[in-house]
Amino acid sequence: MVEHTVRSYDKELETLGRRIAEMGGIAEKMVVDAMDALAQADAQLAHQVVATDPRLDALQREIEEQAILTIARRQPMAVDLREIIGAIRIAGDLERVGDLAKNISKRSVKIGLEARVPRAIVGLRHMNEVATEQMKDVLDAYAQRDVERARAVWERDIELDALEDSVFRDLLTHMMEDPRNISFCAHLLFCSKNIERIGDHATNIAETVFYLVTGSTLPGERPKGRHDYDTDGAEPADNSGNPVA
Amino acid sequence: MSDAELHASIPTAAAEGTTDKVVIRGLDFFYGETKALKDVTLSLRAGKVTAFIGPSGCGKSTLLRVLNRMYDLYPGQRAQGEVLLDGENILAPGLDLNLLRARVGMVFQKPTPFPMSIYDNIAFGIRLYERLPRSELDHRVESALRRSALWGEVSDKLNANGLSLSGGQQQRLCIARTVAIQPEVILFDEPCSALDPISTAKIEELIDELSGDYTIAIVTHNMQQAARVSQYTAFMYLGEMVEFDVTSAVFTAPRDRRTQDYVTGRFG
Repeated sequence: MVEHTVRSYDKELETLGRRIAEMGGIAEKMVVDAMDALAQADAQLAHQVVATDPRLDALQREIEEQAILTIARRQPMAVDLREIIGAIRIAGDLERVGDLAKNISKRSVKIGLEARVPRAIVGLRHMNEVATEQMKDVLDAYAQRDVERARAVWERDIELDALEDSVFRDLLTHMMEDPRNISFCAHLLFCSKNIERIGDHATNIAETVFYLVTGSTLPGERPKGRHDYDTDGAEPADNSGNPVA
Repeated sequence: MSDAELHASIPTAAAEGTTDKVVIRGLDFFYGETKALKDVTLSLRAGKVTAFIGPSGCGKSTLLRVLNRMYDLYPGQRAQGEVLLDGENILAPGLDLNLLRARVGMVFQKPTPFPMSIYDNIAFGIRLYERLPRSELDHRVESALRRSALWGEVSDKLNANGLSLSGGQQQRLCIARTVAIQPEVILFDEPCSALDPISTAKIEELIDELSGDYTIAIVTHNMQQAARVSQYTAFMYLGEMVEFDVTSAVFTAPRDRRTQDYVTGRFG
């Protein structure tokens, strides 16, 4: 794109983009690490994920502050305005992704080495791989301003919803098999919900990228799979996802 | 977006439940040999504010000057095409220019009060067109001053010289003078470029107030101002109408690359 007549304006926008990329990298790694920590009962790695979160929060605040300053200073219009609003929104989504990964890590510490069915983790792992892939794709779509890629992420979220359904059924079976499984399977249920939410944030980002590039919005309703039950019925009020009790 | 889609998405008056007060079709304008407007087509919606934006020399002020045939005052300037005011071509020869300028009023960049009393500044225009008894004239002057949000500041000094007012007050006086003649269309040519921010805000508030009753066209170099006061925006470049759309679209998601470069400050 042609440069602004005022070059420091370009610098401000570039800085915003760079910070988003940094946040994206951190959030992505947190999601991967959180699942590894859970699967391998690696408490040290789990603590590391929790310890990374403040950095993400700080970056989000920096992005917001800088975006507000740029709005006040430059009165951005058109694509610049969308760019800045997009940065604020994406930073918010990434910050939430970090919170969700942190929540998974806290749970994995709680579960610890408690006797469990390793099979139960397989479905979750698969879900997490899909969610991580979605995150990676949508961050690339953002970096390259690639509308088609963003739309693909947006449409693929349906897979994650279907996986969550099957993980839910799996865990239910384990709980019915042996009541001693209930405690840790309940934690895993929350983890699967968290991963599904990470996917939702990836689709939010996809919507933002679409808006940022085209100036119009994706249709209101995303393609949805068949849900046997309604997991959204009881949304926890807690911002960090679900209670870790 | 293909050209056909682009064309289809340009708002039409009928689709929005408004009517066109002024319709400009295929307008060319010449300063001697120089072509300053090239095949300009757009319309001003009745009771709405339309902003003309574009870099210096793009033809926006020229376009405004065609709308009340201000250019007729200068030799060598001519317009071709159609400018319909309520369906009547105002470019037609033999048109009564005084009558046209009573219907299409204009407010200029620099406040231009006449060197006479505040009262006479306003009564002067009215007397050109109508013979009114004194009491009715008083009433018209007062209502024009009220309409222009100036009454409260000048009601006790109507005999003071118009030039004794501050810049912002002078500009509102000029608006009152225009409004007093009860025009149908008001043209603003950069009405705030010589004013401080508070006076500017007052003029913008006034434009808000006047829209609805009047069809308004405003030329402004201040894009934020265009975004604030207008419902429609036309972006002009090198004498061409590049983009005409609802204001919210022009400033958030313009269709044309040139519009985008201009409104985001990426020009030249």
